[in-house]
Amino acid sequence: MSSTKYETVIGLEVHVELHTKSKIFCGCSTEFGAPPNTHTCPICLGHPGVLPVLNRQAVDYAMKAAMALNCTIADVSKFDRKNYFYPDSPKAYQISQYDQPIGENGWIDIEVDGQTKRIGITRLHLEEDAGKLTHVDGGFASLVDFNRVGTPLVEIVSEPDISSPEEAKAYLEKLRAIMQYCEVSDVKMEEGSMRCDANISIRPVGQKEFGTRAELKNMNSFRGVQRGLEYEEYRQAEILDDGGKVVQETRRWDEAAGKTLSMRSKEEAHDYRYFPDPDLVRLHIDEAWKERIRATIPELPDARQARYTSEYGLPSYDAGVITSSKPLADFFEDSLNYTKDAKAVSNWIMGDLLGYLNSTGLELPALKITGRGLGEMIGLIEKGTISSKIAKTVFKEMLESGKLPQQIVEEKGLVQISDEGAIKTIVEQVVAANPQSVEDFKAGKQKAIGFLVGQVMKESKGKANPALVNKLLAEILSQ
Amino acid sequence: MSITNQDVQHVAKLARLNFTPEEEQMLTEQLNAILQYAEKLNELDTDGVEPTTHVLHLSNVMREDEAKDSLPIEKVMANAPEEEDGQFKVPAVLD
Repeated sequence: MSSTKYETVIGLEVHVELHTKSKIFCGCSTEFGAPPNTHTCPICLGHPGVLPVLNRQAVDYAMKAAMALNCTIADVSKFDRKNYFYPDSPKAYQISQYDQPIGENGWIDIEVDGQTKRIGITRLHLEEDAGKLTHVDGGFASLVDFNRVGTPLVEIVSEPDISSPEEAKAYLEKLRAIMQYCEVSDVKMEEGSMRCDANISIRPVGQKEFGTRAELKNMNSFRGVQRGLEYEEYRQAEILDDGGKVVQETRRWDEAAGKTLSMRSKEEAHDYRYFPDPDLVRLHIDEAWKERIRATIPELPDARQARYTSEYGLPSYDAGVITSSKPLADFFEDSLNYTKDAKAVSNWIMGDLLGYLNSTGLELPALKITGRGLGEMIGLIEKGTISSKIAKTVFKEMLESGKLPQQIVEEKGLVQISDEGAIKTIVEQVVAANPQSVEDFKAGKQKAIGFLVGQVMKESKGKANPALVNKLLAEILSQ
Repeated sequence: MSITNQDVQHVAKLARLNFTPEEEQMLTEQLNAILQYAEKLNELDTDGVEPTTHVLHLSNVMREDEAKDSLPIEKVMANAPEEEDGQFKVPAVLD
């Protein structure tokens, strides 16, 4: 926050869709994008007299996610009804977990400005998703699609340990990476398979009690979360500066307007009258079950980051960026099947690859380039077949066509000229054509040689071996 | 513990029910009578007894993660008061 008078307290509630094949309490498909209401049945439509039966895979995924977040797994867990009236919920209650969640008391480490900070995780519980409303008739009516009702979700609640919008973003990114590594969800915020609500308050520095909080909703991207929280910090600070009081309420982030707006929630909105769902029996999770799930947890982002620094000597920052996304880390490791130079692979990923992803807004799995392509290209640079400069062209071509570097080099005639005789001819031409630069160099202007090297590279269309150009130019000029 | 008129109003509002003042009074009395009857249970010593969350002595009833056919859309919509484009049409509820 720009002002140093206040400190910020943020807690996040994150919903992650588990990618099971069928819904949590019935056999309807969870496939995304089906025509409205075609993935529904009497159970998820909330017809009377039906019996929900728990999907084992959803429990396994929730346990896996909870373990990866260092939670303690419950020995006994149960499901409760959360009662509310809203057209997205056909039963007028949501099956959730109240006082015996799957996991509790976890934590994850985040890194902001080179500092590691531990963020506590209060709980992780299983619940069912709600339907989707589309407002029509000028806001007077809504259309309801119940396909999403019953998609299994885990809700992950953090402790109020987050002190800035930047930390909130780092927490979400770490959470996404962990879920991605565990392969329990697609975790795409833009597609709604990961959603985030935030509680945020500010208080004068030194005050122990929390300030009055606002609950923020509708932040549909990592950037949206950060911007929404930044706006809210600013809004609350202005109120306090003016001697006013922050009202406890739910506010909606309006991405286009860059503002949060009050949702005028009803005063009794939070009276959910939870009670145990009599249709679902208890879960007893024994040690054997826990061990079976624990054995499926892969190497997680922090461990991979540590391994990349110790095993490959990557800077911690680079290792952190690469391991923040599973596809990126897998790409890195795939490249290393084709080259030993991990630092070079990392440099190409950190520079050209991420630059391309950022500028196009694409995700790595959408690209045609392979780890093999990058690994082999680095091999060609090592062998002197292509220069680093030409490699940029090859890399760009690989991004677009997915062809292997050898093929690109042959098709485009990009092989580096390492023949001394051929380069010498060009060097001599350039020296003859630029007498002034030669004079300057001989008069002690070191800069002039750079210009001459540039001219040789230009003449050779970037294909001359730069080391040879430097060597030959130095020889000729000293004659 | 006793139920007041305000409690009845609160629960009625959550359940979207409208009562006349006479009905409210009647329900307050009836609910109090029910609670008083249930109070008798407090005479039992339940120290060391685990809370019952379910009357069946069953646990871990689960199904495998297999997608089955859903209901045909005509049947899904059979009870819809109003329908548009394969969706249920309802009056807007504003937050």
